[in-house]
Amino acid sequence: MRLDTQYIPRVRSVGLDGVLVTFGDSATDTANRAAIAFRGAVDAQNWDMITESSSTLVSAFFRIDLSEHRFDDIADRLEGVLTTQNWEAAPLPAGRALWTIPAVFGGDRAPQLAEAAEAAGIGEADALRDLTTARLRVLTLGFAPGQPYLGTLGETWNIPRQKELTPNVPAGALVAAVRQVCVFAKDTPTGWRHVGQSAFSCFRPRGDTPFPLAPGDEVQFTEITAKELARIEAQVTDGTGGATREVLG
Amino acid sequence: MRAIRVQKVGPGVAVQDLGRTGFLEKGLTRGGAADRLAVHEGAALLKQAPACAVLEMVGTGGTFEATEDVRIALTGAEMTAQIDGATATWNASHLVPNGSVLTIGPTRAGTYGYLHVGGGLTTDTILGSRATHQSCGLGALVSAGDVLPIGQDRGDQSGLTLPRDTRFNGGTVRIVPSMQTDDFAPDTRTRFEQTTFRRDPRANRQGIRMNSDGEGFSAPEALGIVSEVIVPGDIQITGDGTPFVLMAESQTTGGYPRIGTVLPCDLPRVAQAPVGSALQFQFVSLAEGAAIEARARAAWAALTKSTAPLVRDPADIQDLLSYQLVGGAVSATDARLDEG
Repeated sequence: MRLDTQYIPRVRSVGLDGVLVTFGDSATDTANRAAIAFRGAVDAQNWDMITESSSTLVSAFFRIDLSEHRFDDIADRLEGVLTTQNWEAAPLPAGRALWTIPAVFGGDRAPQLAEAAEAAGIGEADALRDLTTARLRVLTLGFAPGQPYLGTLGETWNIPRQKELTPNVPAGALVAAVRQVCVFAKDTPTGWRHVGQSAFSCFRPRGDTPFPLAPGDEVQFTEITAKELARIEAQVTDGTGGATREVLG
Repeated sequence: MRAIRVQKVGPGVAVQDLGRTGFLEKGLTRGGAADRLAVHEGAALLKQAPACAVLEMVGTGGTFEATEDVRIALTGAEMTAQIDGATATWNASHLVPNGSVLTIGPTRAGTYGYLHVGGGLTTDTILGSRATHQSCGLGALVSAGDVLPIGQDRGDQSGLTLPRDTRFNGGTVRIVPSMQTDDFAPDTRTRFEQTTFRRDPRANRQGIRMNSDGEGFSAPEALGIVSEVIVPGDIQITGDGTPFVLMAESQTTGGYPRIGTVLPCDLPRVAQAPVGSALQFQFVSLAEGAAIEARARAAWAALTKSTAPLVRDPADIQDLLSYQLVGGAVSATDARLDEG
């Protein structure tokens, strides 16, 4: 990366609820890695004042009661941590998992694959290949509980959101836009295009693992038939949707 | 079992508490009662912890039967209430004897009313909280026939009241600058402060749309920003320049810029503003906001001290002779009465 384009991390207050440290002004892989690594490093220091933390696409958020703790003091302390290493070069966290999630692409269950391929300027077969060969990373969980934003697809997939919202796309749907794929935690209106359908449940509130995915995990989709998806939906009741999990060394 | 049996119930009645924290990283917002002050008021009236679960009611409440003697408190948006047909004062605690029927609703002022019970509701805990989170499918709305269990009541006092708060008709709401405030031009921010907004009917526990006349409040870079964390009270400006105040069940992240964030202590005023009521936003600095919030937090914690008996029986007043019973009379036509 050239020095003159390097983003200088920003430390900002978020209402009186906490402090945000941002590593980029667009959703890049390096900014996302930096956010995940920085959040992990601060969490490891166990500051009393931090009640919880999270990472978003390009930022780390620390929930700190700013009516009790002075923002300027916290900002100084976070700036201190920022100087300890090059966060954009930090490794991904330990204990990550690789998820293999079966899904149907195209057809009645995922009716916008062809449209998404057209928007990307490629054929449907190439779109399918891209979606099933890419090792995508969980960039962040958000919007809805356990819902992953997965990236990053190649530049050709930098397709915009639709102008009009699709009124309802079902839970388990794979939707694509802006080089990312999202797996919906629940039925949702969306401007992203519905390219695949899984039976993977991102949020399992009654189970032992309510939130199966974590930022930094990797996801690979495999193609199954609509008939196989119907079988999984009828027979697999644990929310996994036939997905497998393998710990990455 | 100590419980209240639900005979009839309105469409938006749900069990709430102060919500669940610790799941932001997983995409789950805190949720919980829309008016957290009302939860503290109920706790003060029953002299119990604000962590006790309550019923949140929108528009109308329902008909409830006590299966044992139960203490209750009624707070938040004022609704009509009767115990076995006799009017029960709002913003007060009462005894509902075993077998008695409590009828609540409709709303007379404000938006969210609360029914508290001595010992708190002890419905199932999910992820550390009893709060119903409708948008995430945690818990379900209360329906007729439900039997809501109640915990052990360690208190026995009822018939207390609290001074009525002013938060039920809109008004001025203080906001602090937040992470994207500087993305808005200074004159846009000034115009935002000078605008009188009206609460739109399109409002729920996720967010409340604010209507105004004149042009919107767009930031030049608005459509290009990356999605960022959302906290309750954030005022998000959508693509057409309309502000939405994000409430307890908002998403955890959002891509529209935030012009500012409502102080947590002023958020109940936004939650309670009835449809069409006027609201104004006033910027305070982060330091001022922190000081205001700290004072409010202390006041909420000390609400018990503000409770007073509903009807003062002269026999209960130990220092009766020290009261000046006549000299304090004022003219009923004195204009100053209208200022209260």
